[in-house]
Amino acid sequence: MTTTYAVEAQGLVKRYGDNVALAGIDLAVPTGTVTAVLGPNGAGKTTAVRILATLAVADEGEATVAGFDVRRQPNEVRRRIGLAAQDATVDPLLTGRENLVMLGELHQASRRAARHRAGELLGEFSLDEAADRVVSGYSGGMRRRLDLAATLVARPEVLFLDEPTTGLDPRARAELWTVLDTLVERGTTVVLTTQYLDEAERLAEDIVVIDHGRVIARGDARALKREVGSDQVQIVVVDPAHLDQATRILARVTGSPPSVDIPARSATAPASGNVETLMAVAGALSEARIAVDDLSLRQPTLDEVFLALTGSAPDPPADDQVPAHHVPETIA
Amino acid sequence: MTATTVLPPAEGTDHQLQPPRGIVHDTLVITRRGLTHLKRQPEALSDATIQPIMFVVLFAYVFGGAIDIPGGGSYREFLMGGIFAQTIVFTAFGVALGLANDRKNQVVDRFRSLPISTGAVLGGHAVTNLLKSMLPIVLMSLCGLIIGWRIRGGLVDAVLGYALLLAFAFAMIWVGVLLGSLVATPEGVQGVAFGLLFPVTFMASTFAPTATMPGVVRVVAEWNPVTSVANAVRVQFANPNTPIEPGDPWPIQHPMAYSLLWIVGIVVVCAPLAIRAYRRSIST
Repeated sequence: MTTTYAVEAQGLVKRYGDNVALAGIDLAVPTGTVTAVLGPNGAGKTTAVRILATLAVADEGEATVAGFDVRRQPNEVRRRIGLAAQDATVDPLLTGRENLVMLGELHQASRRAARHRAGELLGEFSLDEAADRVVSGYSGGMRRRLDLAATLVARPEVLFLDEPTTGLDPRARAELWTVLDTLVERGTTVVLTTQYLDEAERLAEDIVVIDHGRVIARGDARALKREVGSDQVQIVVVDPAHLDQATRILARVTGSPPSVDIPARSATAPASGNVETLMAVAGALSEARIAVDDLSLRQPTLDEVFLALTGSAPDPPADDQVPAHHVPETIA
Repeated sequence: MTATTVLPPAEGTDHQLQPPRGIVHDTLVITRRGLTHLKRQPEALSDATIQPIMFVVLFAYVFGGAIDIPGGGSYREFLMGGIFAQTIVFTAFGVALGLANDRKNQVVDRFRSLPISTGAVLGGHAVTNLLKSMLPIVLMSLCGLIIGWRIRGGLVDAVLGYALLLAFAFAMIWVGVLLGSLVATPEGVQGVAFGLLFPVTFMASTFAPTATMPGVVRVVAEWNPVTSVANAVRVQFANPNTPIEPGDPWPIQHPMAYSLLWIVGIVVVCAPLAIRAYRRSIST
């Protein structure tokens, strides 16, 4: 069986004056899957989403969404997508219900069908009470929920979410994740951007890491973490005088040079063997009689992913060469 | 948020696609939004309600006594044609502000991700503002009746007078689209409206006959379309107007023809420029 792709893009380039927002991005998102585009601010995530959602036109390259060319058949694409931009784009002078009914009608549903659909969505997104209030009085979280409801008005085949959980409290974030799970179960393809590795890992089968308008790695979370050196083991010592010795122990056990944070009295290194490594570190520390405040195994942060992938922290000075390590492409 | 009924059916999403209903349907949906905006922001309607009535009262009772109509007749009746024309010029302001606000609120992006044409969005703004321009025409007519203004001519002439005002409003909508697309922010739109549109409506026969003005000012006023629209409306309503002398320039002698030329000219020249500027303003 051949895989069909809901989103395919080759060599997307976008310049704004002298600033290269996208320097040639390829994407291939199999139908019915979730792909996360992971990267720091300014990496080109939003530009990529805007091109795929027909809001911007690429200077070079080709893209199809739901089988239609974004440049030549934008209206066919628009009939089949939902877009939640980074800032909520709901009309502040309309009520929540009026917003959803208007969007339903502009998605060419009848007024009756649009009203029915609006009622459903308001209920599902816990906006019943606020439904007939003007949106300018909504809290940030409510506005965000309404914006997400708005993207689902026409039951899209492909959903683009640009940093969907930015600004949401943990509960709302978890709720959104649940909604996305169910959407994907029913066959919706989702492309989301995020700055959080844990979110990408939780939601997406495929993760595309971009920086400075280029794809610097792609694969599933496990493959990326292998690249990064999996989880990190972190020691926080009680007595700052012991930090040096603890760092040497950590280096010996993990076989990697730890990063040291002197004010925090901590040393961190990749734990290739995960729990075994953690136990070995604990054993070595107690043998050396070093008292610790905290000894933990945690997921690499986005900073650490970038450090491992590019050899520099996010947002370094302009750096145009393709990074040396490149995870073998597992999609497309 | 239990996420059960929000979802597409398991068998796929294709049958949810709706056939296009056409630009008229989309325009009407966006017009309804525009009218809701007017309802929710009565203060934004002041240029179409309080302001023209304020001008009528101000000029009729405060300055009016000092202004003579060379041909004689009631200043209050002279004044009405001027304020009708002035108020219609401000239609451009309402359109420009609407477009600038859409950009500021990023509603533009939402519209652009929908299967509708750019024309429907502009059309919605245009129809909204055309309807909005009827509001001051009705309010001012009532206010005029109270202070002693009357339509002294025939019914057909009067209807043509009102029709001219609506046609002028239609032309000003394109000026508004151009303005709203070229000026970045709602605040900027307010500034341009006050600095540009406002003086244009004063350098005209709005409040005083052009015959009483000196040199260059008189020439500018005589060729200003606001003058010709105001004068044409006075003629249609058979209200007092400056007597036309044989030596007067063509626009003063033929206010209706000159007004129509301007309306056609603005639409033919401004509309394509405005649409191009609008497309540019919303694309990235």
